[in-house]
Amino acid sequence: MNDLAIELTGICKRYRYFSLDKISLQLPQGEIMGLIGANGAGKSTTIRILMGLIHQDAGEARVLGHPMPAEQVAAKRDIGFASEDMRLYDSMTLGWHMSFIQSIYPNWDDSYAQVLLKRFGLRADQKIKSLSHGQRVKSTLLLVLARKPKLLVLDEPTTGLDPVARHEILRELAHVMQDDGRSILFSSHNTQDVEQISDRITFIDRGRIIDSMDKEMYLDRWRRLRLEVPPGLHLPALPGVIDVRQQGRLAVATANAFVPDLANAYETRGARVQCIENMTLEEIFVANVEHSREEVEA
Amino acid sequence: MDEPLTLSQSDKRPMYLQIMEQIKQRIAVGDWKEGQPIPSIRQLAADTAVSVITVKRAYLELEREGIIVTQPGRGSHVSTSPGLGIRLREQELQQHLENAMRVAAQLGIRPKEIERRLREAGDRVAERESV
Repeated sequence: MNDLAIELTGICKRYRYFSLDKISLQLPQGEIMGLIGANGAGKSTTIRILMGLIHQDAGEARVLGHPMPAEQVAAKRDIGFASEDMRLYDSMTLGWHMSFIQSIYPNWDDSYAQVLLKRFGLRADQKIKSLSHGQRVKSTLLLVLARKPKLLVLDEPTTGLDPVARHEILRELAHVMQDDGRSILFSSHNTQDVEQISDRITFIDRGRIIDSMDKEMYLDRWRRLRLEVPPGLHLPALPGVIDVRQQGRLAVATANAFVPDLANAYETRGARVQCIENMTLEEIFVANVEHSREEVEA
Repeated sequence: MDEPLTLSQSDKRPMYLQIMEQIKQRIAVGDWKEGQPIPSIRQLAADTAVSVITVKRAYLELEREGIIVTQPGRGSHVSTSPGLGIRLREQELQQHLENAMRVAAQLGIRPKEIERRLREAGDRVAERESV
C-alpha cells in the first residue's frame, strides 16, 4: 500500500553550471503541491526527473508507486503532464488533437472535454497556429485534464496568462481535487496562485529544497513583529527569528518559527510589541530565499 | 447548491479565518439553519477554488467552537445548539466593543467618556433609522 503520489529521495543531478542537491519531497495522494522557486532554481529539472525525461545521477524517484525512470511507460498512463515546451501541431485543429489523445488514452472523458471547451472559451475547429498564447496553454491543459489522470504534473501552468484565464485554470484544478484519489504537482513563481490552491508547499532555491510542508502550518509559522524599542537598546535576534531590522526606535522582526511566547520574550527585553502581522506567501518567499542564501554564504 | 464563498486578497487575515467568518455570517443571518447539512470539505474547497487543507482547518476550528459538527462518513452540519445564530451575532458585537476599547485605550480616552460617546452614537443611529 503506497498512498504517496510522488516520492523523491536524495535526488542529485549535476550539470556544468547548475546542480540539484539531494532533493527529497513527498506528495500524498489527494493533495495539491505547489513548487515555488525563482527562475533557474531547479523546478523544471526536478519535474523532468520525476517524469523520467531526465535521468538522475543519484537518488530515488517513485511516481504513483513506479520507480522512475525504469517504469516510466506504466506510470505515464496515469500521469497528465503539461509544460511550456510541449508542442501541438500548428496546422491541425484542437478537435484533431482531442480525437488523437482520445485514441491513445481509454480514460478520455469526452463530455468533460466538451465542458472544458466551453469553460475555457475554446473552439474545437480552430487551428493551433491561430491561437493566442493563453488559448494554447488552455488547449494543452484541456488535452491533459480530459484524460482524468490520477496525477497532474504541470510546469508553470499559469505563467503568461491574463487574470481571467488564470482564474479559470485555478478553478479547474480545484475542481479536480473533489476526487480524493487524484493529486496535482504544479510549479509556479506566482505565489498567490500557490497560496490559494495548494495543500503543500515546496520551496526550491539554487538546486536545494529550503522547505517542504503543509501550507497551513507553514503560513502559521511566519510572522512579522513591529516593535517599539527604548532609546539605546539594540534588539537581539531571538530563537525563531531570522531577521531584525532596527531604525532608531522602531524595529521589525521576521520570525519563521513563531510562537506567542516570542512577543513576551521581546517585551521582557524592554521592547513594546505594536502589532504582529501575518505574512503572504510572497513575502515569505522573498524573506526565505534571502535568509537561506545568507546561511549558505556564511 | 450554495453560492461559493468569496475570499478577499486584500484582507490581511489568513484564508481559513475568512472562511470561518463567512460561514458564521451565513449562520448568523439564518441562511444556514441549525442542524442543516453543509457542503463537504472537498466540495466547498472546489467551489471556492481554495485548497482542501485550508477548508479543513476552518471546519476544525468551527467544530472546536461548537458551531458545526462533523461526523465521519456523514459529513458536516450546523450545530443544533439553540440560539446559535443569536450567539454568533452577540459574539460579533462583543468583538466590535473590544476593538473600540482597544483604540480608545491607545488614544487615552477614559471609560466614562466612552459611555457618553456610545450613547451619542446610539442617538445618531436611532435618528437615521427614524428618517
